[in-house]
Amino acid sequence: MIDARGRDRAFHALGLAVLLAALAALGVLLWDVVADGAGRLSWAFVTGYPSRRASNAGLLPALAGSVWLVGLAALLAMPIGVGAAIALEEYGGRGRWARLIEINIANLAGVPSIIYGLLGLGLFVRALRLERTLLAGAATLALLMLPLVILTAREALRAVPLSLREASLALGATKWQTVWHHVLPAALPGLLTGLILAVSRVIGEAAPLIVIGALTYVPFVPDGPLSPFTALPIQIYAWTSRPGTGFRANAAAAILVLLAVLLVTNSLAIWLRDRSSRRRPA
Amino acid sequence: MIERALWACAALSVLVTVGIVGVLAWDAAAFFRDVSPVAFLTGRTWTPLFRTQSFGVLPIVAGTVLVMAIAMLVAVPAGLVSALYLSEYAPPRVRRMAKPALEVLAGVPTVVYGYFALLFVTPWLRTWIPGLAGFNALGPGLVMGLMILPLVSSLCDDAFSAVPQGLREGAFALGATRLQAATGVVLPAAMSGVSAAVILAISRAIGETMIVAIAAGQQPRFTANPLVPIETMTAYIVQVSLGDVPTGTREYRTIFAVGMLLFGATLALNLCSDWLRRRMAGAPR
Repeated sequence: MIDARGRDRAFHALGLAVLLAALAALGVLLWDVVADGAGRLSWAFVTGYPSRRASNAGLLPALAGSVWLVGLAALLAMPIGVGAAIALEEYGGRGRWARLIEINIANLAGVPSIIYGLLGLGLFVRALRLERTLLAGAATLALLMLPLVILTAREALRAVPLSLREASLALGATKWQTVWHHVLPAALPGLLTGLILAVSRVIGEAAPLIVIGALTYVPFVPDGPLSPFTALPIQIYAWTSRPGTGFRANAAAAILVLLAVLLVTNSLAIWLRDRSSRRRPA
Repeated sequence: MIERALWACAALSVLVTVGIVGVLAWDAAAFFRDVSPVAFLTGRTWTPLFRTQSFGVLPIVAGTVLVMAIAMLVAVPAGLVSALYLSEYAPPRVRRMAKPALEVLAGVPTVVYGYFALLFVTPWLRTWIPGLAGFNALGPGLVMGLMILPLVSSLCDDAFSAVPQGLREGAFALGATRLQAATGVVLPAAMSGVSAAVILAISRAIGETMIVAIAAGQQPRFTANPLVPIETMTAYIVQVSLGDVPTGTREYRTIFAVGMLLFGATLALNLCSDWLRRRMAGAPR
């Protein structure tokens, strides 16, 4: 018979064990990918073109495609997202419309990414006749990023002290002058952090791009927004799905590149957040 | 003028929703002119890509539910226990380190989890379960549970933190242990937040795509057996997108009908979760 105190200690141990097991699983995942892919990782792999022979295949078109996609998507999503956040946060009001938009954004954040793929397919690929281009893919990813950008931008704007706005308004600045010259610069690190977090989420997205019809074999580097493309996660998916250990090693090596890119973007976000919080003591 | 432009940006989010519903409804409507919705929703054979077509969606719904259930069996107990541990037991130092570490799990791209499920977890499971097929529901389900665990854990942690400290102190004053306070007082008080977390996790699992597209197979099957290949709704959409099904055909339109079902299900779950979270005791907002 275990007494209440014993059960308490047992649960303490169980909690710690579950936490450690989850982190151990993460460790096993990373170790597995490194074990499979480290041998394939080389400069030639990163700068090479795809090939039907696994040992010759490289990653350059996928890497370039991902950079293009994410860059374009950020260019599309950032102004719209920040604009929406300013409207809701600075001009806000408690009107029926503001409520509706708020509920809607919260719900959009929970829509599965593959549904955004169907939206992109219907809207950009077919209705606007963009076909399977970078622009169609980037616009789809931009819609996927939008709720996240708006939510984080609102937080960044909310963190700007009210006294800053009042000082500007007291000197006779208009609302927009206050926002443009004082609130936005003060919120910039927070806005960028939010953008980077949204970017690091969509870098790994494969499903919506597959649905809009991104190609899995692209032997060239995209040369503009209307070029066909592939992307890192799609290349990983294509290699993972092929039989043979050679392509699987390629997939693992590509995963290592993807995780390295994510590590860089996430560190950048953390660095920005730390810097801004140090400059403005609570 | 500028104000109007800003509001246009905000209104765009509503247009996105309208666009989703519009695009899905447009092609789904064309599909349902050919196939009766009742046959679609109640049929038990799903062979839209075969010569003898059959459009009963239940097999891929069953596949989705099966993988989701396995994921929940991992994510809910583990997420709940780790959240209780973090909020009631863990010293602040452990908490500060464990929370971001758990968030890393949520940030790993799902295509990476798919690779892990197909090429590590399933082969490893096969050494224990000889009858396990190379594609199955078990491996991807377990991995999906791992992916969703941080979501459950962090939402439950929020729910536990929202429980007033006075309730715990009352329990301790009566001589309760931490476990008795946690299960007898904190957990019941946080119940709406915990339910919100579970429902959101279910929605996430239903919509998750790459793990199942890579590791669960492409065989629509009306079964609850986790050891055989199956197909989920999301994996089916991927399968058609990658194939050479001509645009505008009936089999092509199935992905919009399936997408509409998926969107409806996740939207209902998200609304439900949001409503529960708003009810949460002492919730900020």
